[in-house]
Amino acid sequence: MTRSDSELLRVEGLCKFFPVVSGLFGRKVGEVRAVDQVSFQLRRGETLGVVGESGCGKTTAGRSILRLIEPSAGRIWFDGTEITQLSQRELLPYRRRMQIVFQDPFGSLNPRMRVLDILGEAIEQHGLASGAAVEKRVAELLQQVGLSPRWGTRYPHEFSGGQRQRIGVARAIAVSPELVVCDEAVSALDVSIQAQVINLLLDLRRQMNLAYLFIAHDLSVVRHISERVAVMYLGEIVELAGCAELFERPAHPYTRALLSAIPVPDPRRRQCRVVLQGDVPSPLHPPSGCHFHPRCPAAVERCRSVEPPVVQLSGGRSVRCVHAEGLEEAADWYVVLEERLARAQRQHERPLTLGLEPLGELPSIPSPPAEVEVQTRPLRAIALAAPPKDGAARQLEQRGLLEASRLAGLGFALGLLLLLFGYWGIGVLLLLASGPLLVAAPPPALAPLLRGYAASKLALLALALALISLWLGVARRAELAQRELGWLRGEIAAYAANVGSLPPSLNELRWRTVEQFGMGAPRDPWGHPYRYQLGSAAFELSSTGPDGVPSADDLR
Amino acid sequence: MPSTPSSGSDAMADTKPLLSVRELSVSFQTDAGVVHAVDRVSFEIFPGETLALVGESGSGKSVTAMSILRLIESQRGRVSGGPIEFEGRDLLALSEKEVRAIRGNRIGMIFQEPMSSMNPVYTLGTQIGEPLLLHARLSATQARSEAIRLLELVGMPSPERRVDEYPHQLSGGMRQRAMIAMALACRPSLLIADEPTTALDVTVQAQILELLADLQRQLGMSILMITHDLGVVASLAQRALVMYAGRVVERAAVVDLFENPRHPYTAGLFQSLPRLPAPGEVAPERLRPIEGSVPDALHFPSGCRFHPRCRYAFAPCSELVPELRVPGDTQASRPRASACFYTEQHPDVSYLEAPAAGEAS
Repeated sequence: MTRSDSELLRVEGLCKFFPVVSGLFGRKVGEVRAVDQVSFQLRRGETLGVVGESGCGKTTAGRSILRLIEPSAGRIWFDGTEITQLSQRELLPYRRRMQIVFQDPFGSLNPRMRVLDILGEAIEQHGLASGAAVEKRVAELLQQVGLSPRWGTRYPHEFSGGQRQRIGVARAIAVSPELVVCDEAVSALDVSIQAQVINLLLDLRRQMNLAYLFIAHDLSVVRHISERVAVMYLGEIVELAGCAELFERPAHPYTRALLSAIPVPDPRRRQCRVVLQGDVPSPLHPPSGCHFHPRCPAAVERCRSVEPPVVQLSGGRSVRCVHAEGLEEAADWYVVLEERLARAQRQHERPLTLGLEPLGELPSIPSPPAEVEVQTRPLRAIALAAPPKDGAARQLEQRGLLEASRLAGLGFALGLLLLLFGYWGIGVLLLLASGPLLVAAPPPALAPLLRGYAASKLALLALALALISLWLGVARRAELAQRELGWLRGEIAAYAANVGSLPPSLNELRWRTVEQFGMGAPRDPWGHPYRYQLGSAAFELSSTGPDGVPSADDLR
Repeated sequence: MPSTPSSGSDAMADTKPLLSVRELSVSFQTDAGVVHAVDRVSFEIFPGETLALVGESGSGKSVTAMSILRLIESQRGRVSGGPIEFEGRDLLALSEKEVRAIRGNRIGMIFQEPMSSMNPVYTLGTQIGEPLLLHARLSATQARSEAIRLLELVGMPSPERRVDEYPHQLSGGMRQRAMIAMALACRPSLLIADEPTTALDVTVQAQILELLADLQRQLGMSILMITHDLGVVASLAQRALVMYAGRVVERAAVVDLFENPRHPYTAGLFQSLPRLPAPGEVAPERLRPIEGSVPDALHFPSGCRFHPRCRYAFAPCSELVPELRVPGDTQASRPRASACFYTEQHPDVSYLEAPAAGEAS
């Protein structure tokens, strides 16, 4: 492969696949093809813009080139040396020559380090200066990026967003690199500040003959700063061309849509937009054939199955689209392509406008009333006019289950109520009987309640009811025990008045207690016999209740 | 877009405003001192109109919107001035209960980050139906079918299935559509959209802007659009309000604003913007940014808050506060105003064409 002397970076077939693992043993179940067969070259002092929507792999591509992320495949040459296979140690001299500016001016600077240390670290690491020379160099750098040289002793939090981004730029150029990857370097900044940083980048490019790989989603910024532009979609470069040509005569349908989607800051130029349908698909399951075909207004049958070839058009432009086939070296390619796209678009059934279904009846909007209350009425009327019996009810009726499922619903509700009042046996029985039927054939009124998240809410409600009823049952029994104890005390007192002494055991009270408790010793509501202990002059009467259940006294 | 930007403003001359904000000020008590986030802001929104509130971060545009909805926390923030009249009632004088009957009902809201403003544990149907249960007192079934209809309205594919899905199952664009459906549930007469497309990709942003324009045509509501993106302003709004450091510096119809800004800050914004040149036009090599940085809200400069960064600043700018005034020469059909001493003295100055004073010096 020949290479011109001015070539600084050459990337061929760069791929980065991220494995998708699942389960305990990290079984690989798929891969995200974040960057797929990306190839380009970059000359010294040149700026290549990389644009695309989020998730198109532009950031991953930038970092793979610097080997901040290890690429899965492909080869990278920097200044004639292949750096793909170099060890980290061997890579170090190249690291000095390739730098990066990150997007987030708040997250990419260590908050515990002074600006002096942040910038000095890079300089010392690469052995460019030491001791007092470092401070001098830092002061120079700060001046170069438009900050006061005295600010070296400050910490990052003392700077505004724009100033911090200038520090980020200073750190990148501190080691006199030849290539700087600007990863959304101005995206997080306000408009007025953004312009300052763009100007700074332009000045530095001129002064230091820097090459930029300018990754951004803002097309107007890319247009301003780049000489060539690569458009990425789902990991692939779909079009690569000179900046002016790309913006004037976009070839790929995606580029066309992207350009027309930019809101132009000019109210007189409200342009006719090619509005794409849908979102960028997941790179985990990219569409077959051309990745863009589900959203493409000019997709033809072949796009679904055939991976489009990369076509080299005249003027150093490459396009990945089936419509561009056979146009290599054709001087009038744009006319032919235009014609082909238009034809494909006409054949394409889908309308080019926004995917709004025809709506039919839209509830009319009443004029704003003085009172808020009035407004709510018509809306209610609209909703009430909706078809009363929906599909679910009709379906159940056909299966002859409508009555049954309604009964089940009633049974379930009754079961819940019984649970609440402490009738455990019959309540649980009803729930068990009606539950399965209810789930199998939900009555239309309850159907939305028995789906997904709502169903789990219902189950929680039942559980809460059960707990409440359990607690209520305990309380009820304890109260009953208390009443029975009082009654027994009265009986003992009556016995003592009649007989003249306390009864030796509760069985002596039999003639009255049989009526109350039946045969045998008097038992409390939990089935335990009441304890009766006869002292010398008094008696002790108590109910313990079953183990673990609080007695009436605890509950009070 | 077929509707011309000026059509709205001509017709509204004799209409009563839907929302009128008078002399609204908001300040916050912070540990470091008092922050005057919004300073005597006044504006109106007319029925069916889109008004853009433009400004950089920290200009007070979101706080203005939040005080209209009475969402400023009373512990820290203090809203003064007013009245904020909406449909003939002063929102600042209403009780919390009365405001709740308006919020989400007569005034809908869309926020920038749809994921953080939706509840992740409820389905779309539940969340879209909630205002209907609350304000329109629909039953659960009615609310559900209305939610499906709303999702269809905002262009959500297969709404019957989506209505039972959770926010995390949707893509960013779809989530924003769901947000819009939620905001429109009660057919508000005013929609407040706070940076509705900032977090979205450019192709999806185009979809959402089309959708908003389309919905406005169908439902006839007014939109208060809060944005920093001048491209969004140009493609959607009829009038715009430019804010800087808590004050309105310029108010004009969008066409006028873009063609002939009457405030140096507005002009500076345009010049900072890398523009896509029209066919045949050559883009300038260097941008002309506004020098300096946005002032700290704790220590706003005296006088005109823009004067330390202004190329045209002269004697009174650092001491006196310029009022938002209608320039004398304009008896145009579209009213406009700017708060600048230089503009008052030089009514014919053209900030966009003038060779930048800053570059010469």
